[in-house]
Amino acid sequence: MNFPVHNTKIPAVRSAGDSRQGTFQGTLSVARQSQSHGLLSQVRRVAVLALACVAFSAFAQVKPWQSMGRDATPAEVKAWDIDVRPDFKGLPKGAGSVDRGAAVWEAQCTSCHGIFGESNEVFTPIIGGTTADDIKTGRVRGLLEGKSIAPQRTTVMKVATLSTLWDYINRAMPWNAPKSLSADEVFAVTAYLLNLADIVPADFTLSDKNIAEVQQRMPNRNGMVFYEPLWRTEGKGDVKNVACMKNCEVNETIHSSLPDFARDAHGNIAEQNRIIGPVRGADTMQPPPKGPVGSVALVKSVVVVAAATGGSADVKGLLSANACLACHGMKSKIVGPGFNEVVAKHKGRPDLEVYLLSKIKGGGVGVFGNMPMPAQPQLSDVDAKTMARWIAAGAL
Amino acid sequence: MREVIGRVLPAPENFLSADKLENARKARRRFMGAALAMGAGVVTSAGAVSKALAADGEDAILKLPEHTTGLGQSVATDGYGKPSKWEANLQRRQSPGLTRVNQASVSFTPLQGLFGMLTPSGLHFERHHQGWWDIDPSNHRLMINGLVKRQRVFTMDDLMRLPSVSRIHFIECGANTATEWGNVAVPTVQYTHGMVSCSEFTGVLLSTLLEMCGADKKLGKYILAEGADGSSMTRTIAMDRAMDDCIVAWGMNGEMLRPENGYPLRLVVPGVQGVSWVKYLRRIEVGDQKYATKDEAVHYMDLMPDGLHRQFTSVQECKSVITTPSGGQTLLDMGYYNVTGLAWSGRGPIKRVDVSTDGGRNWRIARIDGTVLPKAMTRFNIDWVWDGKPAILQSRAIDSTGYVQPQINQLRALRGTRSVYHQNAIQSWLLSENGEVSNVQVY
Repeated sequence: MNFPVHNTKIPAVRSAGDSRQGTFQGTLSVARQSQSHGLLSQVRRVAVLALACVAFSAFAQVKPWQSMGRDATPAEVKAWDIDVRPDFKGLPKGAGSVDRGAAVWEAQCTSCHGIFGESNEVFTPIIGGTTADDIKTGRVRGLLEGKSIAPQRTTVMKVATLSTLWDYINRAMPWNAPKSLSADEVFAVTAYLLNLADIVPADFTLSDKNIAEVQQRMPNRNGMVFYEPLWRTEGKGDVKNVACMKNCEVNETIHSSLPDFARDAHGNIAEQNRIIGPVRGADTMQPPPKGPVGSVALVKSVVVVAAATGGSADVKGLLSANACLACHGMKSKIVGPGFNEVVAKHKGRPDLEVYLLSKIKGGGVGVFGNMPMPAQPQLSDVDAKTMARWIAAGAL
Repeated sequence: MREVIGRVLPAPENFLSADKLENARKARRRFMGAALAMGAGVVTSAGAVSKALAADGEDAILKLPEHTTGLGQSVATDGYGKPSKWEANLQRRQSPGLTRVNQASVSFTPLQGLFGMLTPSGLHFERHHQGWWDIDPSNHRLMINGLVKRQRVFTMDDLMRLPSVSRIHFIECGANTATEWGNVAVPTVQYTHGMVSCSEFTGVLLSTLLEMCGADKKLGKYILAEGADGSSMTRTIAMDRAMDDCIVAWGMNGEMLRPENGYPLRLVVPGVQGVSWVKYLRRIEVGDQKYATKDEAVHYMDLMPDGLHRQFTSVQECKSVITTPSGGQTLLDMGYYNVTGLAWSGRGPIKRVDVSTDGGRNWRIARIDGTVLPKAMTRFNIDWVWDGKPAILQSRAIDSTGYVQPQINQLRALRGTRSVYHQNAIQSWLLSENGEVSNVQVY
């Protein structure tokens, strides 16, 4: 690179395409040396011009990666471009009645959302908390402080855009078989929910033709504001604090603290901290120490290998892959009983593994309530046996 | 035999007698009372205070352990190394009662035990909307469609051949610290602030892909990002954001993304709440309107006192928290502590962090020794000597825009108490005389 300036061939710089980088550095050294050698300013101008040419060619003709990828076929775009916007761009043609929606709902949605979409068992309620007056005004009064008529904020209290409901049911429901509903079924289920919220009558059929009219009856359609300062990452937000440093005004009241009964609500914090260093986790299985620091000996810190959600890795994978965990918690009822409840109920049963195998493969109803468990024909005998054996052994 | 080498004297063995050591320790712990002074001066609080010296010294030194006298394990015993078994207490954990369905849930990063600015990949917080997957990367595709000259499809091979960048950014769930909008609800920093992590992400700039496809940047004011999982999560992002620093990423902390974090492809939207960092990214659509997706029209909106929802709030404003000492921890003793914590802002780099140990009456400027990057975690430290009296510890971050992290009452004055999202208030930890630290609200 360290060649004399007077030997520099400007044309070599211009044909920069092949070895851009080398030429680029050459040009830089030209610029530097032209200063140190005190050459004519003209030479410098040429060098700068050459730099500009390099920059331009790098921008215009380069990007040699432009051809990566390939064009999407129309069928591919159709298969994936499923979003529906608030102006209903993207909504397929179709129609579904409230009645048909009720049938789909009962078969596929009730177990999580309840018969009337009001259940708070698995997910927060969809329906409730809106009034005929809200439908008129487009503002849900129950969103005002102290005015709610529902135990908590439901989906229909919040959502302003009907497209959102349609889009989400279509893309993500039912819970364990997303995207399995036909467009007509999505219209039907949406119609059923709208009827539950008294937005449409019981004999209504929702379709791509009338959905924009129904949008005009959404109870919270006027309930949204767009606040740009918190949408953009540039600029400033709404809350202003000042960084006072000395004798700042503070109210020394402790306005809120964790109630004593919640001391162990998150388990033993001693087992959630490192066993070395300047601090330990507090032993929250014991009441707080009474004396000053150091007056009570800390229990020896222990390492606890957390059983995250329980179960051996193999079985957990099977349970997950076969969507068992959508309905059965390790230690809690979801739709069906928790595995711990199954263990407790059948403890000591001599034919337990065989019994469980038949229930896992064939489904059942009535042992833990009226929610039926569907048969699982997709399960291989080996996998079903692994699960049965694992539950029979205590589901740990 | 003691030679003087230059001006340095080699330290003699046992230059303090065991008695002297014991006396010094007793003096330092005079407040510890009778229990300590009893017996042969043996401190029984194993684990907290190092065991007392026997006459000759400490067993940990005098009795050579097996690892000093035996043969250790071979190379590649574990083809992918794991943390020491002694570190098993630091785990991602769920907050009991927060969610009822494990596939639509959250696990929190144990910030109380982390150092520096980076989050170990295995401790990166999780938020899944319909369960996580370990997707076969050879069958994963990214489609770009909508207002573009050419609707394109990319394989992972295509994407990974493109010019890539590696950048460090924090990702924070919009609902991080949500439990504290009202009253104190959870005990530790893991549960108050653990839905934030910071990693180095590697991928291709989204702007590169949008330019390759000929995106209409005039009409196309927005993009929609969509995931390939069951929920097919969707979020609207402004085109100028998309063209700025967003990354279509496959790498995280030098390896591929973990499955829980979107393997093999996720969107990185620096400064913006985590829900926009769509995992298992399968599609980008360029459009001329916002999309009002489920996570823009039912969740991730800020309910204001007048009953209106602020929709499309996205940025994670300047925030900080002291991680040691923090809620649920107990201090070993009075004396010196290096108070340390993390600060971050979705609007740029952190400019300064102040720390108060008297509930916000007086503040000192913390040390920032490590790397300071825009829209990344910044580690701060400050020296403090605890006198054994109750103290309230707070940190307050200021970002490059001059924005000062607010007090909870200032947030509430404008936004009420019913919002779930974007709670970035100053966190207070009460240190009691018994050495325990607890979560409190003071302002």
